[in-house]
Amino acid sequence: MPIQIEIISPEKVLVSREVDMAVLPGMEGDIAAMPEHSPMMLLLRGGVVALYEGDKVTDRYFVGGGFADITPTRCTVLADKAVPVADISIDTATAQLEALSEAWDKADKTDTSRLVVLQDQIQAVRAEIEAGAAS
Amino acid sequence: MASLKELRARIGSIKSTRKITSAMKMVAAAKLRRAQASAEAARPYAAAMRRMLGELAGATRGEDGAPRLLAGTGQDKVHLLVPMTSDRGLCGGFNANVHRLTVQSIRRLQSEGKTVRLLPVGRRALNFFMRDYADLIIDHVTGTSAKEIPFSVASGLGDKINALLEAGEIDVCTLVFNKFRNAMTQVPTCQQLVPMIVEDASHELEASNDVAQYEFEPDEATLLAMLLPRNLQVQIYASLLETVAGENGARMTAMDNATRNAGRTIDSLTQVYNRTRQTNITNELIEIISGAQAV
Repeated sequence: MPIQIEIISPEKVLVSREVDMAVLPGMEGDIAAMPEHSPMMLLLRGGVVALYEGDKVTDRYFVGGGFADITPTRCTVLADKAVPVADISIDTATAQLEALSEAWDKADKTDTSRLVVLQDQIQAVRAEIEAGAAS
Repeated sequence: MASLKELRARIGSIKSTRKITSAMKMVAAAKLRRAQASAEAARPYAAAMRRMLGELAGATRGEDGAPRLLAGTGQDKVHLLVPMTSDRGLCGGFNANVHRLTVQSIRRLQSEGKTVRLLPVGRRALNFFMRDYADLIIDHVTGTSAKEIPFSVASGLGDKINALLEAGEIDVCTLVFNKFRNAMTQVPTCQQLVPMIVEDASHELEASNDVAQYEFEPDEATLLAMLLPRNLQVQIYASLLETVAGENGARMTAMDNATRNAGRTIDSLTQVYNRTRQTNITNELIEIISGAQAV
């Protein structure tokens, strides 16, 4: 029995189809959304969503953080940003990483909330570069 | 009466105006299609966001310390109005409608003794409010007529509003923008962003027999704190997209009218031109004939 997966970015719907399993990059570790999973809401870190059919990965999408809503029949990923792994531009991501590291150096080290935001962003861009390089 | 030469010049100039307006109409129609498509493409995200927020709000209901975005500051003193317009004019009453509604709200709030702040979006709004309400403007954003609005415009705006709210500088935030109904009609609307109005979805869950007990990772409060600013951005993004679609719709209609008007004016001027020419010829003939008779 498959599960309906939707990957939605603010601009458009990237994926809406049935898969056997989807592995999501949760903030506190990866989580596999499978049919009959108990309802769950999840905060995502920057990472790769892998879609499985049978035991093969059919598609991989990079998401730059976001949320996921898992129910027994459905898995909705609300991504801040989402691209198919094959379309990742490493050059852009590297430039972003440089800009972010610079922002990190300049940032007020006592402003923890800002630091946390930056840290998450840097982590997301690093994950993007990694995913892009691996593909 | 205008001479033939003057008439010719006027007809010529109106013809070129008509060319411009009909070209603008064509461009607006093409842009409208694209804007409408992107507005539609953005809808699923907003819908899914609303659903999640509803479930979450249901789960955290009754707990203390709700985030300010959801509950507001508990006060109702400082109102932030965000009028959204296009960067460019020539689109009929599109921008004027937003201006009028905003001015009405400003007057009403001020007469109730509230403080009003403005954050105009779009160059038209900025210019308009600079004239009479320059001291109320705290910030502005332009670039709403760009080819494609990146989400970063909305997220930047959302972060700004959030920061103002957290700093306690504003209590209520309202968007004023044109809701896109179809190419002919845009409805100027006020939409309250803060405190956020969340429809509660949890009763649907409770209504169904198996009470779906949601798990949250991390906990509800953290998720809510992440989701709320995101939702703010999404709502702003949606209204930005509506503004773009509306602008192009309004421009298309306005330019269509202008083109038709130009055509009518050309027709009537051509008639005057022909009649004048005829009169001139008749006059010349009369002169020649009476000259010949006099000999």
